[in-house]
Amino acid sequence: MRADQILHPTEAGLYCPPGDFFIDPVRPVPRALITHGHGDHARSGHGSVLATRQTLEIMAIRYGEDFTRTRQVAEGQIRVGDVTVSFHPAGHILGSAQIRVRPDKGPTIVVSGDYCRAPNPVCAPYEPVPCDVFVTEATFGLPVFRHPDPLSEMARLTASMAEFPERPHLIGAYALGKAQRVISLARQAGIDGPIAIHGALQRLCDYHVEQGIELGELIPATAADVPAQLVIAPPSAFASPWVQRFRDPVIGFASGWMSVRARARQRGVELPLIVSDHVDWPQVTRTVRELAPSELWITHGNEDGLMRWCELEGIPARPLRLVGYEDESE
Amino acid sequence: MKAFAHLLERLAFTGARNAKLRLLRHYLQSTPDPDRGWALAALTGDLKLRAVTPRLLRGLMAERIDEQLFALSYDFVGDLAETIALLWQGDGGDDVPLSDAVALLQDTGRAGLPAAIAAMLDRLGPSERLAFLKLATGNMRVGLSARMARIALAEMGTPDVADIEEIWHGLTPPYAPLFDWIEGGERPAQAALAPFRPVMLSTPVDLDQLQGFDPADYVAEWKWDGIRVQAVNDGGVRKLYSRTGEDVSGAFPDVIEALNFDGAVDGELLVRRGDDIAPFGDLQQRLNRKTVTKAMLESHPAGLRVYDLLVWQGRDMRPLPHSERRAVLQAVDFGSDRIDVSPLLAYATWDDLAALRADPPSPVIEGVMLKRSDSAYVGGRPRGPWFKWKRDPMIVDAVMLYAQRGHGKRSGFYSDFTFGLWDGDQLVPVGKAYFGFTDEELRELDRFVRNNTTERFGPVRSVVPRLVLEVAFEGLNESARHKSGLAMRFPRISRIRWDKPASEADLLETLRAMLP
Repeated sequence: MRADQILHPTEAGLYCPPGDFFIDPVRPVPRALITHGHGDHARSGHGSVLATRQTLEIMAIRYGEDFTRTRQVAEGQIRVGDVTVSFHPAGHILGSAQIRVRPDKGPTIVVSGDYCRAPNPVCAPYEPVPCDVFVTEATFGLPVFRHPDPLSEMARLTASMAEFPERPHLIGAYALGKAQRVISLARQAGIDGPIAIHGALQRLCDYHVEQGIELGELIPATAADVPAQLVIAPPSAFASPWVQRFRDPVIGFASGWMSVRARARQRGVELPLIVSDHVDWPQVTRTVRELAPSELWITHGNEDGLMRWCELEGIPARPLRLVGYEDESE
Repeated sequence: MKAFAHLLERLAFTGARNAKLRLLRHYLQSTPDPDRGWALAALTGDLKLRAVTPRLLRGLMAERIDEQLFALSYDFVGDLAETIALLWQGDGGDDVPLSDAVALLQDTGRAGLPAAIAAMLDRLGPSERLAFLKLATGNMRVGLSARMARIALAEMGTPDVADIEEIWHGLTPPYAPLFDWIEGGERPAQAALAPFRPVMLSTPVDLDQLQGFDPADYVAEWKWDGIRVQAVNDGGVRKLYSRTGEDVSGAFPDVIEALNFDGAVDGELLVRRGDDIAPFGDLQQRLNRKTVTKAMLESHPAGLRVYDLLVWQGRDMRPLPHSERRAVLQAVDFGSDRIDVSPLLAYATWDDLAALRADPPSPVIEGVMLKRSDSAYVGGRPRGPWFKWKRDPMIVDAVMLYAQRGHGKRSGFYSDFTFGLWDGDQLVPVGKAYFGFTDEELRELDRFVRNNTTERFGPVRSVVPRLVLEVAFEGLNESARHKSGLAMRFPRISRIRWDKPASEADLLETLRAMLP
C-alpha cells in the first residue's frame, strides 16, 4: 500500500481509508482520532473519538460530556480497521499526542499534530517516533523563527513589573496550554504572589492542577479591584469591557509570533513575550533530520519556507494544504 | 548593548509619554558613561555615524543564506534590519559595550565595513543585533523627541529642563560633563556660540479672568498663527531655534540670511508674501526639512515678526522689564523686508480688546497676547506676566464613523474617533479626535461603539453613522494626504450631541468655507 492510500487530505481533514477514520477532522465525522484539545483540532459532534485520556477530558470540559457519542482512551497499540495506531507525546500542550499509523504492509506514517521540543512544565516532552512518512506542521516554518529561552522572556516580564510597579501587567495567553505554561514559567521566574486569571481560564487551570501541575495561588480577575500585579487572560478579553477595570495596564501577549515586531504592533501590545508551544525553525529542521523520513508532508503554516529547505536538503516533501487550522491560535 | 537593545524595544512598543520617560530615565541612571551618552545621542538624532546601506546588508546575507529563504523571510517580516537580526546565526553571549559599536561605525573604512559589521553581529544576540543594525542604518524610530530626552535628563537631577536646553547646543556626545552636572557636579561651561535660551511661555486667559487685572498694566499684540522661534546671531554664528530648542536653521536659509544683527530675538516665523501673511499650512510645507529647494524659497518665502529681545548687542536684556525691552526693540532697524516688529494694539479697556479680538484684520491671527509691562523675560511658563487670549475655536457637527481602542489608561476603551461630514449623500472622513471628553463621557462613547459596531478591523470598528459629535478645532489647512482635502488642527470633541440626528450634521462644504 502506498502512503497516500493510507492517509490523504480531504475537505474534512486527513482521512485513512483502511482504518476508516479521520485525524483532527474540521467537521463532524463518524470516527475521529484527535491529537490534542485545541479548538481547531478537537471539535465536537463526532460519532466516536479516540484520543489520550487528557485530551478526552479537556474536550469534555470545553464542550460538555456529550461532545461525542462514544469515546476511547488511547493506550498502547490499537487496532482500527486494517491499521494499527498508537499515540506518542508531542510536547505541545497537556494531553497532546502524535499519532502513528501502521498498516500491516506498507509505510508507517506519524502525524505529529502540533508539537514542540522546548521544555514545557505543563506536559510530557516530545518523543521522536521513527517513521517512513512524517507529517509536520509549519506554523513557524521560516528561518526567522528561533524562539528564545522562555525564562529569558519571563525575565523581561519581571523587569517590567519592577519598572512599573503601580501598573497591572495583563498577559494575553490562549486558555488551553499557553496560559498554564505562562503561569508555570512565571513561578519559575520567581513570581510567588497570587496571579489573577480571567474567568475563561478557571476550569482549564483547575484541570491542570488536578493533573498534578503546580500553578501556585490563582485568584479570579473578576472583582472590581484585582489584588495582583500579574493577570493572565485570553487575548480576546483585551477587546472586551472586562479590561476597563484595570488602571493603566501594561498589556502583553505570549506567543511565538511576538518575535516579529509588525505582528506585535498589530496586536497593539506594549510587552510582547516570545513564548511558543510550536516547533521553531531549528527544532523542525532538526526533527526532520533526526527522523530522516523518506517523505515529509506539511500540514499548515508557512510551508513555503520548509518546502524550500527540503528542496535544498534533498528531502522529498509535499504540502497537504489542509484548511481549517488557525496559525493564529498560538 | 543588551540594556540599550532592551530600551529600544520597550520604547518601540510603549505609547504613553510618561512610561517612555521612565524607561529612558532608568536606562540613563543605570548605564555607565560613555554608553549612556552614545545612547542618548542615538535617540535624539545627534549621533553622526557612517550610514550603512541596505545594499551592503543584503550582500552580507547573500553569503549566508539561500536567496529564496531570505526573500520569504523578508516578505514575512517586512523590515530589512529586523529580518537580518532574526536570521543571523549566533548565540550573542557577549554584552558588547555600545561604545564599541559606535566606534566601529565611526572609524571603519569603507572597504573593511562589511567584515567589521559581520564580526559585530556574530557577537550579539537577536535583540542587540536589531539595535546595532538600526544604529547602523540610522533609523531608530522609537517615537522619542529630543525634547523628551531632555525632560528625562531633568528628572534625573537638580537642573531643570530649561537649564539643560540652555546649554544643550554646546554639548557633544557622549555628554560626560552633562551627566556629571546632573549628578551633582559642576555646570558645563557654555561652549557653543549662538546658544538657545529658554523661551517665556504664556498661560490661557478669558474675559472673566481678565476682570481681575488692570488693563493699564499690560500691553497687547496680535497672536499670529505661525511658529514661535528664537533667532540668534552671535558673533556671526546664526541660528534659528524652535521654542523647544530644536535647531531649525536648515529649513529656513532665507531667514538666516536676513539675521543681520548682534543678539537673540524672540518672534513668530511666518510665510509672507509682501504684506500678506500666509496661512499656517503654507508654513508647514517648509517645516521638517533638512534642506529646502529654490522653488520653495520663492513660492513660500519665510519671514520673522519680532516681539522681544533677549540679548542685544552683547547685553542680556532678560532681567529688564518688558517696557524697556520693547522701547529698544521699537528703535531697531533690522534692515530687511523679511523682519519686522510686531505692533502693539491700542486699547483702554478689556472690552476694547475683546472687540479687536473678535474682528482681527487678518485670518492668520489666532487671538491676542497680553504682556505685563513690568515683567522680566523668564524661561518657562510663569503664571501671570504673559497671557494668551485665543479666538474661539471653530466648530463643526460631525458624525462618528470609526472608533479605535486606546492604550495605557484607556486600554479596553474605544477612545479614538474618526468623524465625517456630508458630501452629497455620503459621509466623508475629515478628522480624528481622541480627547475633549470626560471619563464618564468616554464610558458612554465606548458603550455606543460596542452597541453600534458594523465591522471590525483589528483594533478598529466601524459604527452605524448616527452619533453626532461637536468637534472644536484651532485651524484648518488644505491637505493632499486626506481624502477630504482638509486637515484640522488640534481637533477635539467639545460636545456629544446625543440629541441631534446624523442627517443634520454639517456639510463638507461648510468646513471648506472655513479655510483661511
